[in-house]
Amino acid sequence: MIEALTDQIRAAYASDTPLIIHGGGSKSFYGNSAQGALLDTRVLQGVVEYQPKELVLTARAGTSLHDIESLLAEHRQGLAFEPPHFGAATLGGCVAAGLSGPRRPYTGAVRDYVLGVRTIDGTGQVLRFGGQVIKNVAGYDVSRLMVGALGTLGLITEVSLKVLPLPMAEISLQFEMDEAQALITMNRWAGQALPLSATSWHAGLLSVRLSGAQSAVNAAHIKLGGATLHDASAFWHRLREQTTPYFDKRPLWRLAVKPTCPPLNLGDAQWIEWGGAVRWLASDLSASAVRQAARACGGHATLFRGHAPADGVFSPLSPTLLAIHQNLRQRFDPKRIFNRGRLYPDF
Amino acid sequence: MTPAFIQELRTLLPAESLLTAPEDTRPFESDGLSAYRSTPELVALPESEAQVAAILRLCHTHQVAVVARGAGTGLSAGALPVGGAILLVLSKLNRILALDPLARTATVQSGVRNLAISEAAAAHGLYYAPDPSSQIACSIGGNVAENSGGVHCLKYGLTVHNILKLRAWTIAGELLDIGSDALDSPGYDLLALMTGSEGMLAVITEVTVKLLPRPERAQVVLAAFDDVAKAGAAVGNIIAAGVIPAGLEMMDRLAISAAEDFVHAGYPRDCEALLLCEVDGVNEEVSDDIMTVHAVLAASGAIEIRTAETETQRHKFWAGRKAAFPAVGRLAPDYYCMDGTIPRGALPQVLQRINEMSAEYGLAVANVFHAGDGNLHPLILFDANRPGELHQAEEFGGKILELCVAVGGTITGEHGVGMEKIKQMCTQFSAPELARFHDVKAAFDPQRLLNPGKAVPELHRCAEWGAMHIRGGALPHPDLPRF
Repeated sequence: MIEALTDQIRAAYASDTPLIIHGGGSKSFYGNSAQGALLDTRVLQGVVEYQPKELVLTARAGTSLHDIESLLAEHRQGLAFEPPHFGAATLGGCVAAGLSGPRRPYTGAVRDYVLGVRTIDGTGQVLRFGGQVIKNVAGYDVSRLMVGALGTLGLITEVSLKVLPLPMAEISLQFEMDEAQALITMNRWAGQALPLSATSWHAGLLSVRLSGAQSAVNAAHIKLGGATLHDASAFWHRLREQTTPYFDKRPLWRLAVKPTCPPLNLGDAQWIEWGGAVRWLASDLSASAVRQAARACGGHATLFRGHAPADGVFSPLSPTLLAIHQNLRQRFDPKRIFNRGRLYPDF
Repeated sequence: MTPAFIQELRTLLPAESLLTAPEDTRPFESDGLSAYRSTPELVALPESEAQVAAILRLCHTHQVAVVARGAGTGLSAGALPVGGAILLVLSKLNRILALDPLARTATVQSGVRNLAISEAAAAHGLYYAPDPSSQIACSIGGNVAENSGGVHCLKYGLTVHNILKLRAWTIAGELLDIGSDALDSPGYDLLALMTGSEGMLAVITEVTVKLLPRPERAQVVLAAFDDVAKAGAAVGNIIAAGVIPAGLEMMDRLAISAAEDFVHAGYPRDCEALLLCEVDGVNEEVSDDIMTVHAVLAASGAIEIRTAETETQRHKFWAGRKAAFPAVGRLAPDYYCMDGTIPRGALPQVLQRINEMSAEYGLAVANVFHAGDGNLHPLILFDANRPGELHQAEEFGGKILELCVAVGGTITGEHGVGMEKIKQMCTQFSAPELARFHDVKAAFDPQRLLNPGKAVPELHRCAEWGAMHIRGGALPHPDLPRF
């Protein structure tokens, strides 16, 4: 199956035909629109290796994320970065999109758990970077570079991930609080020895999840107080998968900012996650106004869902960084075969 | 280096920041791996970021190579001076620029020592998690360059997991603002690419690190085993029980007895392997985890288990492990420390093969192992004054690294490639993969002026060494010249 893919890529390279890498199609909405013929990764199926005691799982890129999480759950392990699926997600798409869920600020992002990748570059060469061990500093960290590159540095064919035991116990608490107070509270608690694993604020309600040993969760519950959130796993699942009606609004911006940044005052319709480090905003404000607000808070803004501005959904790069991006792209995919235009227009 | 270049350089720096006399430059002849030495022609010690940028621009104009160096504690000769290059020492960039307790971040210049960050954060109940053994001396810029770990990285991650933002300069003197105050950035993850890049891509002047709340409590359990394989299995069993220890270390018989002779930590001597397992976190969680760990160790066949009841006892348990390297250093005039990582399950077979090779080479080996994350530090004992023994030790070390690759591991877990393991890179990576590493460098430094000759071998050198990685029986890149 690798051979069929390398043949398709070599042919595309020879004829200068762009390809759109397509797994489950669950994140087709994300990024700018790309042009080209479909390259289906779902031929790359199956878990290659999983030894729970090693905390490492290796699977082919087209394997369903759902199947991987089910397998891990059988051994009481999981993906600590809680990737959103947004549909029939595959492992390759999860890594290429680089999106993480509610637990991200407390246990790390997709890129923090990627140990190695096998890829096919834009000329059809099969390359392998990183490995299946937790500590590895041989060569540049190209496997982490692939995370969030939206396929523009090559087709990911196989991924090795670090996995973690699932928490023994979880409880979620809710507090009535205004936005400013919630932002300070989330950050203050994150600086204390508390087993925080997710935070959310919306419409005057701060929700907090605690995960860990039963005793630790109980002790933190007593310390923090608050009302117990019933059906909590459904609440966090809806947030992770963006299935609450709030996320139907368009255009939907994702502002990644310094977590302590005070309220942005960009309108009422905000949903705050990640201890304050992500602020979802449904707003018709201009792209430049939203980006300026994010930049003033030390971060950046992405048009997550909705019609893309002319310069693309992601915040533009500085000329120096753009040059390095172009240099890298040129060397990994010299004819820009993969997902042309997806990361940045004309890129 | 032309006189014109040196004269221009003098205009950029105060006189005391430029060293050219051999008696002044000799202290910089090596990093922590002193088997590799070369006296630098010129050492520049800039005091500000502006001076760093100006030096780089000048070097770029004159096409003079630059080797960046922090505190010089590296263990792979990554900061080894290179002929014709200046040595750019960043230790004077030692200011903590900002500490934000609410956001739990510290922004520091690259020459700030690792431990100094945790010391500054302590007043707020925070600390910087990666703790390489050299943390009292090593600088954060060097930590980023090497992606340094420490004994706590199974739970708390490596440098790459604990930084947010960098200010770095290309060889052309252009500023790269990498990362952000948020948890991610648009475009490629250059923060990850820069981490562990061994001074090959850009020169780091400023780092923003994450700070964590200090755990409420930490407790350590010591377990002795009559068989190394049983100790190795116990490590996997602890993890399978759902516990992620803060530290999980193993020592073999030779390392145990050396440590015991040196610091009298009270370790049991009549055993083949010793495990130290530390758990930390919320008070109640630590109590639960200690009970779990105790039960797992007993079920895994430990012949003796002790739990540290007091902080003093905890420090005593750790004292032996922390003194393992100097303790082993007392057993022979020299030792050579390896740094391979293996899947934990491969431990028994790897240790057995190391013992066999130890007999073949006639050189003793003490094994110290970051068991939790599979990072093995075999210490090969030798005497450099005996003709040929250094060479023997290096060859033996190289074979250990090749063994690590063969079982699915890597030649370096945390020390970096530098000059030391450049040959084994040919074993771990294929020619097209090595070529891609050169491509990555070229994306930042097309003229190869930063730390030339380190970290990634030239393809023709792999062919010369006879170490070319051959996959599937076919020679990669048959069109490349080999001589």
